[in-house]
Amino acid sequence: MVGSRQYPDEPSGPFPSPPTTVEDREGRSIEIRAPAAFAADALDDVVEMYVEFDPTDRAQGIPPTGEDRIRNWLETIAEDSVTVVAFHDGDAIGHAMLVPDSDDPEAIAEKSGIEWELAIFVLQAYQQAGIGTVLLENLLGHASDLGIRRVWLTVERWNNPAIALYERVGFESTGTESFEQEMAILLDN
Amino acid sequence: MNVLLGLGGSDESVKTLRRTIDRTKEVGDDLTVVIVDKPESKRSQDETHDLAAEHLEEAGLDDATVEKLEGDPGSALVDYAEQGEFDELVIGGGTLSPMGKIQLGPITEFVLLNAPTTVKLVR
Repeated sequence: MVGSRQYPDEPSGPFPSPPTTVEDREGRSIEIRAPAAFAADALDDVVEMYVEFDPTDRAQGIPPTGEDRIRNWLETIAEDSVTVVAFHDGDAIGHAMLVPDSDDPEAIAEKSGIEWELAIFVLQAYQQAGIGTVLLENLLGHASDLGIRRVWLTVERWNNPAIALYERVGFESTGTESFEQEMAILLDN
Repeated sequence: MNVLLGLGGSDESVKTLRRTIDRTKEVGDDLTVVIVDKPESKRSQDETHDLAAEHLEEAGLDDATVEKLEGDPGSALVDYAEQGEFDELVIGGGTLSPMGKIQLGPITEFVLLNAPTTVKLVR
């Protein structure tokens, strides 16, 4: 089941898939991993990352603040999500994920027929070092490997750096905009 | 206070209606409820109208006005607020995306930017 959201005519890709290790623009070694089971393998690391996250960079109410609220938010969406985490020296410093726009377990397992909402956060000390782009590309590569085709997101309309990043990898505006700009990408697979 | 409540017909509208009725009773506000014409809504305009009337009656607010508005929802709502002597315009405060992001639609944006009164978003 696909909603009324408008996707680009041309698919984007191929994108790199995790695991991979890259050097960021500050010379730090950044490891990108896709935990097989987010809740079991990476949830605690990611909760710790969001506890450190500066709330001035929150978008549309996420991430929440406070460890309990962060854990509750992630546990609510973890089960069906597709997740990629960036680590530096063993600590999670970036996190990108897709959450299904459906409650139907069969459709979620099948993956290709439904739409997936994307969100990405990088800790402030690691921003503007190229990590967001690598994280985003690896999430899309991982999603494509799993059979996902339709990915969408919303971004605050005045957040030009983020919009430029999304456009660079192939996202296009769907034409729906108010305070948030909605964008979508069709993955190659 | 003279309060104008605008409803679309979503589940969010029902929550906004309940909360506003509770608040009205608590502080003794005067309440007017208008239902905008939003064809894509879960409930029709008539259904939402009847639902609002029922809730108001149950709450003992039988004297509250309930009206249906024609035309573009945002503009009809702001126009109605401008014509009357309202202190506050109340609307739903956004939906949550699957990710948990708060989303404010184009009607909310229009109302926030154009209403002459204080606007309250109910979460």
